Formats: sequence, structure tokens, C-alpha cells
Amino acid sequence: MSNIICACGATPSLIVACSGAADVGELADLAARKLSRDKKGAMFCLAGVGARISGFVKSAEGAGNILVIDGCPLNCAAKTLKEVSVEKIMHVTVTELGLVKGQCGISDANVAKIYDKACDLLKESTKSDQ
Amino acid sequence: MKIQILGTGCPKCVKLATEAEQAAKELGLTYELVKVTDINEIMAFGVMITPALAVDGNVKVAGKVPSVEDIKKLLK
Repeated sequence: MSNIICACGATPSLIVACSGAADVGELADLAARKLSRDKKGAMFCLAGVGARISGFVKSAEGAGNILVIDGCPLNCAAKTLKEVSVEKIMHVTVTELGLVKGQCGISDANVAKIYDKACDLLKESTKSDQ
Repeated sequence: MKIQILGTGCPKCVKLATEAEQAAKELGLTYELVKVTDINEIMAFGVMITPALAVDGNVKVAGKVPSVEDIKKLLK
């Protein structure tokens, strides 16, 4: 979590990753952090939503766009948001990008695959907001 | 009741503070309005989008400015 978004500016995008224990969860986390550092949006804590910390839950509700990166088809991050009635999301599942859970390993190239897919979704959402 | 307005002082933060104060007055509440402008303090609430409104430390809304009538519902 590195930056707060002011709603006075452009439509704010929040980014959340499942950050799961498996390699695909780690890749999801690394991609989300890179996106946040590159100012594509602001990463925030999924655990805070799961814990029902009001600031995280209300930020998720108030976000114009939320990009969710899940490692595997269990889609824990998307389901956690759904638990607080946040269902309008952009969604990337790492295993749908040709990366196999438990076998893909951690590399810059694998992070880049997720990063690029996420950037495509963010661009589409920017277009649809205009 | 402590009404906290979380934000760095942008136009929407100012509007939220004005409308929250109006809502509290119309409800006849005894309240203290506090503007939280320090980013570290705002992040301590878990808030990622400002402006936000908290009541006694509990965030009620973030990233938008509700109407006075809707704020009244949040303050009740």
C-alpha cells in the first residue's frame, strides 16, 4: 500500500491480488506491486477486506475500478470482494495465462505476462469511462 | 460523536465536511468535526480513496460525497 487516491482526479483504480502461498499467488502479488509502483493504480490489502476493516471495505465500494489478480481458479480475491458486495471488477486469473500452478516458477517474464494483461484491462476500462 | 473527514483538503473533502456538518446540525447531534489530513493517519484507517467520512473511527463512506440526506442516514 503506497499511495492514496483522491477522487477529485481521474477515475480511481484500485488493485488487489490474492497474494496466495503458491507460485501463482506470489506472481499475482508481484505483478500487483509493480502495477502500483508504476502508478497504474493503487494496491490495497485484501486481508483488510477479509477482516472487514471499514476503511478497506468502504474504499473497495467507492472505487471506480478495481483490478483483481487471482493466482488460480479458486479466485479467492474476487470472492472476498464479492462477500462485501463488490462485484464490478476487472479480473485476471494467472493460470489462464498459460502458467501452471506449482510448476511455473517466479521470474520477471512471468510477472510481465500478468502485468501486460492487467495493463490491457486497465486501458479498456479507461476507454469505457470516456 | 466524533465525525472525521479524511482527506488532504481537496474540493471534495471540503464539500464532504460542509455537508456532514449540515447533516449533523439538522439532526441536532452533539458532535465534534475533525479533519484528518495527514496521509499516514488516513492510511491507518485503511482508507485508500479520499474523501472519506468516519464516525467514531468507523469509516462509513470513501471515494464519494453523499447527499446531506444520505449522510444523515450514516450518522444515525
